[in-house]
Amino acid sequence: MPVYIGKRLLVAIPTLLIISIFVFSLQKLLPGDPILTMAGEERDPAVIEFLREKYRLNDPVIVQYFYWLGGILSGDFGISLRTNQPVLELILQKLPVTIQLATMAMFFAFLIGIPIGILAAVKKNTTIDYVANIVALSGLSIPNFWLGIMLILLISVQLGWLPASGYESIFADPVRSLQTMVMPAFVLGSALAATLMRHTRSAMVGVMSADYIRTARAKGLSPREVVLSHSFRNALLPVVTLSALLFGELLAGAVLTEQIFTIPGFGKLIVDAVFNRDYAVVQGVVLCTAVGFILMNLIADVLYVLLNPRLRATL
Amino acid sequence: MTTIDQAPPVLAAKREHSRAWRKMRKNKSALVGAVIILFFTALAVTAPILPIIDPLATSWSAIRKAPSAMYWLGTDDLGRDILSRMIWGAQASLMAGVFSVAISVCIGVPFGLVAGYFGGWVDMVISRVTEALLAMPFLIMAIALAAFLGPSLMNAMIAIGLSAMPIFVRLTRGQVLAVKTEDYVEGARAVGLNHLEIMLRYILPNVMAPIIVQATLTIATAIIAEASLSFLGLGQQPPAASWGSMLNVAKNFLNQAPWMAMWPGAAIFLVVIGFNLLGDGLRDALDPREA
Repeated sequence: MPVYIGKRLLVAIPTLLIISIFVFSLQKLLPGDPILTMAGEERDPAVIEFLREKYRLNDPVIVQYFYWLGGILSGDFGISLRTNQPVLELILQKLPVTIQLATMAMFFAFLIGIPIGILAAVKKNTTIDYVANIVALSGLSIPNFWLGIMLILLISVQLGWLPASGYESIFADPVRSLQTMVMPAFVLGSALAATLMRHTRSAMVGVMSADYIRTARAKGLSPREVVLSHSFRNALLPVVTLSALLFGELLAGAVLTEQIFTIPGFGKLIVDAVFNRDYAVVQGVVLCTAVGFILMNLIADVLYVLLNPRLRATL
Repeated sequence: MTTIDQAPPVLAAKREHSRAWRKMRKNKSALVGAVIILFFTALAVTAPILPIIDPLATSWSAIRKAPSAMYWLGTDDLGRDILSRMIWGAQASLMAGVFSVAISVCIGVPFGLVAGYFGGWVDMVISRVTEALLAMPFLIMAIALAAFLGPSLMNAMIAIGLSAMPIFVRLTRGQVLAVKTEDYVEGARAVGLNHLEIMLRYILPNVMAPIIVQATLTIATAIIAEASLSFLGLGQQPPAASWGSMLNVAKNFLNQAPWMAMWPGAAIFLVVIGFNLLGDGLRDALDPREA
């Protein structure tokens, strides 16, 4: 297994390098010359030259890239223009908030998606199956920021059951933290629940026509045992690996959810950075999200091998 | 040459199309999807000639009015008619969906075609870049691109198009790998046709079906992405109307004017579900295994 993980990590290196080139190139898309802005209204040629030297803008682009990459590899993602804090420090401050949100969203997705998926497969081609499919399609089609707004309108404004916005750390006040996170987590998890439902249904339908399920039925096992102990255990494999992949998607989906519910996480950080023209933060967030995404891909691959005895034996 | 020009793939493709069309007509969900799309397209196209209030006209005496006989869907925070803004917003949303996907297809398909057809180092380079781009979450990449390009509907469309492009590279490449070993491609090569002719006349038409399905489904994703970018302030700029930007304003008036938030979101939901239903229907119709 360690050799397999090592190989997968090696394969990720060129991907990361290409991503770094893309992220570095983003700043070259910026209109105008940032040095002229930094030099102020006087635009003293000596100051401009000093700034160009300082930021190595007189060097060829390829040299600038390697200096930038060297900084990233040593943990220097630059300094936020707005807060004057190191970008990496800012990201590490905000990341736990988004991870809490994404974990709770995942919980909701499992809670809703998997049971409905199993039910739809067991009741294939019945009204229950059709309704489940419509619910899943709606979950995939509904813009999550609108769902968030509608839930705020209903649950916070009309019924007054939950706070419409805000954030509290789970370590400081667990009850308040859960209250503020329930709605955003549900909103973020809804599309995921739809995807999980579709995959669970499809995996279960495939497994339930297998010979060993027929044997289990012939042995006289109860339908409940057949579904849960035999079918679901085997259908779980693609669902678990998919979940690891989808966790990466959740980090991206959190951008809008955090914006609506004013949660000070990773997603809100990138949006605020965009509006404050804090480009070092934007680059840092894009890079970290990509690394997180690749890491989740790796975990999905490893889980797939770990959970599949046939693949495990080949390692 | 004549034999190749009238080779079985052409007839087979025609038969395939009529079979797919028959299946599509029987698929009720796909028809519902098509009707929803046609309805919103008709609204978007006829917006300039419809007898509706100017979507940009503000009225200080009609600020945040609830739906009524005068204003069917109510008015917004500046007294503008929401129905008019919804109809003009349909133009922005549909245009964004179609243009973004056109950008993705126009760049992604040729790269996928070249990667799959030539293989070797060309394929390796294109595939590595595609994998890297796919490793960046779609929305984060679109936000980053839109941020660096500057906020506007056009830049949002470019950002969404570029972000969705790798999906088409990978899809086309996979399809080309399956098709390029077919006898009719070997035949075309044997009679001396050049690579461009083989790719355009013999490979591309035979890999188009899954690309059309993917494009339909990606329009749905692109419409949500445009609404998301406009909601964040990175897409359509005020005072022009877009469903996403209408929601951005509406979220500040949930207590006073909840109708401002209801209609634009419902419209996005309907159009997206329309494209998803049509895309699913096309997939079933064009999948030979479902024959």
